[in-house]
Amino acid sequence: MCLGIPGKLLEIHRQDDLSMGKVEFGGIVKDVCLAYTPEAQVGDYVLVHVGFAISRIDETEAQEIFSYLEEIGGMMDEEAGDGGPGTGEPPISESPSLQVQDLPSPASRPPSP
Amino acid sequence: MKYLDEYRNVEAVGRLAAAIRAAVTRPWNIMEICGGQTHAIIRFALDEMLPRELTLIHGPGCPVCVTPIEILDKAVAIAAQPGVMFCSFGDMLRVPGSQKDLLTVKSAGGDVRIVYSPMDAVALAQKHPQRQVVFFAVGFETTAPANAMAVVQAAKLGLENFSVLVSHVLVPPAIRAVLDSPANCVQGFLAAGHVCTITGMDEYRPIAEKYRVPIVVTGFEPLDILQGVLMCVEQLEAGRHEVENQYARSVRPEGNRPALRQIAEVFQVVPRKWRGIGEIPQSGLALREAYGKFDADRRFGVEAITADEPAECIAGEILQGHKKPHDCPAFGLYCTPERPLGAPMVSSEGACAAYYRYRRRGIRD
Repeated sequence: MCLGIPGKLLEIHRQDDLSMGKVEFGGIVKDVCLAYTPEAQVGDYVLVHVGFAISRIDETEAQEIFSYLEEIGGMMDEEAGDGGPGTGEPPISESPSLQVQDLPSPASRPPSP
Repeated sequence: MKYLDEYRNVEAVGRLAAAIRAAVTRPWNIMEICGGQTHAIIRFALDEMLPRELTLIHGPGCPVCVTPIEILDKAVAIAAQPGVMFCSFGDMLRVPGSQKDLLTVKSAGGDVRIVYSPMDAVALAQKHPQRQVVFFAVGFETTAPANAMAVVQAAKLGLENFSVLVSHVLVPPAIRAVLDSPANCVQGFLAAGHVCTITGMDEYRPIAEKYRVPIVVTGFEPLDILQGVLMCVEQLEAGRHEVENQYARSVRPEGNRPALRQIAEVFQVVPRKWRGIGEIPQSGLALREAYGKFDADRRFGVEAITADEPAECIAGEILQGHKKPHDCPAFGLYCTPERPLGAPMVSSEGACAAYYRYRRRGIRD
């Protein structure tokens, strides 16, 4: 129930004395209440929960994990002895997304221990 | 979608899983609090990427699952009254009360509506002044600011036909209850990133200190969860017990101040009964007296109902992390999402529903 979806803030307006915005989620645009994110500007990404923006997404913080992953990826490559950071591996941004394990057929998976 | 797809990247997930394997030297039990995290763990089979020594225990963070059966019965009683338009998040409609659920009321002709936001219920009350519009205000701290705003807005608009049936719950008292249980085996926590987006991290520091457990505020995508696990494992291995923030792109240490002010304006902290667990002191929110006229409980005068859970449902033990869905003899046999015995099989964030959808192996057909 605490689902929060990141979306891009397209415009800001007022309605019934409340700050409202149009937010785009992968092509779908919804009206969202901005009362709790007065700092959000058009172009920012906000995290939306039940029609309310609850935070402005911090782009710098969002990138942290990828710098960290490049770092540990480089360390792993060195440990594997294949000549330094990133060699032979595609950059993270080019590899595909994790697939959902939706309804595995019983035959395709090992029995639970 | 930006901020979703890149956090599901296969290569990155593999690197984090390898880092976790390298960090673990002995067995650890980590509880993810939020049902949304449980769902992602099972959906993406993240637990199966972890070393054998690590056990993820699913926590009580599913508001649909912990809403007490008595409140469900009250909701059913109010929704069945003539002239009432009963509005709820969709998840609540199929949660079994002691006799029936809200969907049954709807199919019998009751006006039960699914809304996306509590503000939709306020808009319905404006549009239908001759009807009594009731909103079922459930949820954790994440949802409380939205529900508080609906009440404030109804007051501003002078709506006489709007009320809320409140069953709000709070996360930190539930963590304390888990840790105080004699059967507890949890050694570290992934705290719920969206709850902490509202509350910040301060409430968690005394818990980490008193019980000497690491608490890592964690997001909901595969990379977030694995990084949260890694941070928690690193603390456990080093003997540290701090509150750390994995989900800093959304969580600020001080939380969301305007949202916290609105919660404090409308709600007060009260004891609350959790379905399957029992009463936890100071673990819920109720309307303040100043907003008492929006209390559906008071407006409809439904008598206090006491009800029992079905004896064969082990939801309480599952919600406290003592058992997993596969340990339940009813799981997948005579408890399914179509005919649920307990709430964790209903909610999309309930552990039983997640296991049923993604991990049905081992069930006799």
